[in-house]
Amino acid sequence: MRPVLRARIPLTLPASRRAFTPSTLRPGIRQPPDSDTVRFPGAVESKFTHELSFHRPQDVPAMPTYRFINAEGVVVDKKSKLDIGKEKALKMYKDMVTASVMDLIMYDSQRQGRISFYMVSAGEEGIAVGSAAALHDEDVIYSQYREQGALMYRGYTLDEFMSQLFANKKDYGKGRNMPVHYMSERLRLFPISSPLATQIPHAVGAAYALKLDNSPNIVMCYFGEGAASEGDFHAALNIAATRDCPVVFLCRNNGYAISTPTLEQYKGDGIASRGIGYGIETIRVDGNDIMAVYAATKAARETASKRQKPVLIEAMSYRVSHHSTSDDSFAYRAKVDVEEWKRRDNPITRFRKWLEANNWWSGDEETALRTQTRKDVLRAFTKAEKESKPAVREIFTDVFKHATPELQEQREELRRIIEAYPEEYDLGEYDGGKAGI
Amino acid sequence: MLFNSTKTFLTRRALGAAIKTPVVPAVARLPVAVKLSQVRYNSSGTKEYTVRDALNEALAEELEQNPKVFILGEEVAQYNGAYKVTKGLLDRFGEKRVIDTPITEHGFAGMAVGAALHGLQPVCEFMTWNFAMQAIDQIINSGAKTHYMSGGIQPCNVTFRGPNGFAAGVAAQHSQDYSAWYGSIPGLKVVSPWSAEDAKGLLKAAIRDPNPVIVLENELLYGQSFPMSEAAQKSDFVVPIGKAKIERAGTDVTIVSLSRCVGQSLVAADNLQSKYGVSAEVINLRSVKPLDVETIVESVKKTKNLVAVESGFPMFGVGSEILALAMEYMFDTLDTPAQRVTGAEVPTPYAQGLEALSFPDEHIIEKKVAQLLRV
Repeated sequence: MRPVLRARIPLTLPASRRAFTPSTLRPGIRQPPDSDTVRFPGAVESKFTHELSFHRPQDVPAMPTYRFINAEGVVVDKKSKLDIGKEKALKMYKDMVTASVMDLIMYDSQRQGRISFYMVSAGEEGIAVGSAAALHDEDVIYSQYREQGALMYRGYTLDEFMSQLFANKKDYGKGRNMPVHYMSERLRLFPISSPLATQIPHAVGAAYALKLDNSPNIVMCYFGEGAASEGDFHAALNIAATRDCPVVFLCRNNGYAISTPTLEQYKGDGIASRGIGYGIETIRVDGNDIMAVYAATKAARETASKRQKPVLIEAMSYRVSHHSTSDDSFAYRAKVDVEEWKRRDNPITRFRKWLEANNWWSGDEETALRTQTRKDVLRAFTKAEKESKPAVREIFTDVFKHATPELQEQREELRRIIEAYPEEYDLGEYDGGKAGI
Repeated sequence: MLFNSTKTFLTRRALGAAIKTPVVPAVARLPVAVKLSQVRYNSSGTKEYTVRDALNEALAEELEQNPKVFILGEEVAQYNGAYKVTKGLLDRFGEKRVIDTPITEHGFAGMAVGAALHGLQPVCEFMTWNFAMQAIDQIINSGAKTHYMSGGIQPCNVTFRGPNGFAAGVAAQHSQDYSAWYGSIPGLKVVSPWSAEDAKGLLKAAIRDPNPVIVLENELLYGQSFPMSEAAQKSDFVVPIGKAKIERAGTDVTIVSLSRCVGQSLVAADNLQSKYGVSAEVINLRSVKPLDVETIVESVKKTKNLVAVESGFPMFGVGSEILALAMEYMFDTLDTPAQRVTGAEVPTPYAQGLEALSFPDEHIIEKKVAQLLRV
């Protein structure tokens, strides 16, 4: 459809429309007569060949998966030195545990009908916490919906989680979104958006804004391997590459997009192979290895910040949970498979083995941590559940920056009705009650 | 060509009538409107501007005044824009603020939204709004809703602009009017300029407005010249969003229109005056959302008759909305049932003759008003 439009332009515009000035022209690309290398504009470093052969994906070895520690918690990368001291390591560990404890409690609370929806991150805590631990405080995060560990590491409190989940008056989103759509201005976490993959172009736009500002900060963008089938993923990676945007794309490849297994989601070598296709530096890491995720993200962050280039990380894991509380994954996969994954490898136990080998952690501390965490989560849970709902006036706010006259009239009308018939309206559970209009 | 809400069989009759009238190609009709507008403004200091130049000046002024503003889209930089609206801006403001993107509407629309969430004020050009359907999820689900869903924390000061509606000989996939599509979304503002002053003032207002704004331009108007008043030539000139403009005062019938149909309605109004002595008031909506209902209601109180003229498809369109408003707010003041003149219910034909028959023109507007008033 585009050629039609472009071909039409000369009919209505003067021939001098290509008003290129010397400053905007790029050096031309020419093909020397005896060259053995392609010098066409679209491919400048390709050798000529006289062999008629297609490149078969199966002939290209799969991209290797980087590990720092193995499943036994033993360091296998002897060369890299990570700046993870005891304090930082314990924070990473505790945040993973807290995320998993919160997940269990909130999953059950949905089953009890106390919240409408929830998504756990079981098996993927290492990806979220490990990557967040490698970021700077001023870096920006665009996440999907399974990165509670990243938020936790960054300082999103249990009270903040619970306020969002219960849509109370302290929810930054004023109770307008489903549970797990967190946001935080303070932590530079942009609001989580329900339509899949829309955050990926947003992250590129935010990265471009940082670039215009000459900021050393970067944007971290999370998504799953299912979301990477959306056009937004492809569009965003291509733009980030062509505009040199300081963004780290982190794909959590957990094997399932709701019920669709990766074998049906794509045919190529995971998501990582696509990064190469878009001209983006890429690494694949073992997502159950929080140290590997940390190391890869830290290096990727350096590239994005110092060299102003996007980076793609594909973190491999297995979604041991159901997709969400609306899903029963045993309808499409065997329970025994899931149990085996849980037993065989798990980011929390693997990291604990490493901590214990360093003598930084003990069984007693483990028991104490889990007991205390459970108490903390339940305390925040109870507090948030009892908290008032947002004030009634919020019905009318924020559709536009300034409420339209129609909305203002409607608000006045509501106030008039409630004042006229006070017995008919019980606004006790809303912030400020009747005064909250 | 003509959709009658009360007697749908009129469509065929009107089509027959239109076929008898000579088909004038859209482009050939333009000088009529130009001549008309030249008569309408002649205060001292007034200059002729094409709509394209007016848009270009608006962009240049906002880029100059506000470092947060930048332009992105396909071909907007090196090529100066497919329709040259961004001409010279790359040279003047550099490649960081006028950027060419790969051909991916949802990609660069999403990038614009992301930059806006981050505090910039991007102006995102679509080569035409017809291509923006690929980006509609980003415009609506992300652009229009984030401010609300973030509890007011995340404003999204983005401007999406480009040519809208049918052009000349570009067939069904290039010839659609999206006023009704975007006009139906809470959280979006939508403007649709006609004259050069509209174009400059509304685009500047759109860029400055803290909400996401859709600017629906018209390709056939880009090259058309209009006088620009001295005030409008200044860099602080803006046209308020949500206010219509009475382009021609009248007492017998109110014609409510937008974009290119405003010019056609003005020609029709002049013809109604000279042929039948009918005094038509022509309202240029300027904004689709918010819609200036008050100006329409006040006008109809005076004229007692209402005709809506637009080039979108007939069903669920701007005309439908205005007629619904007539039922809600003007029922008691109307002497006749409110009418609408719209584009035809057909994928826009490529054939020149059929294309001309698919949209309102001066004759149809004149005929419809004459029928309504039984003159």
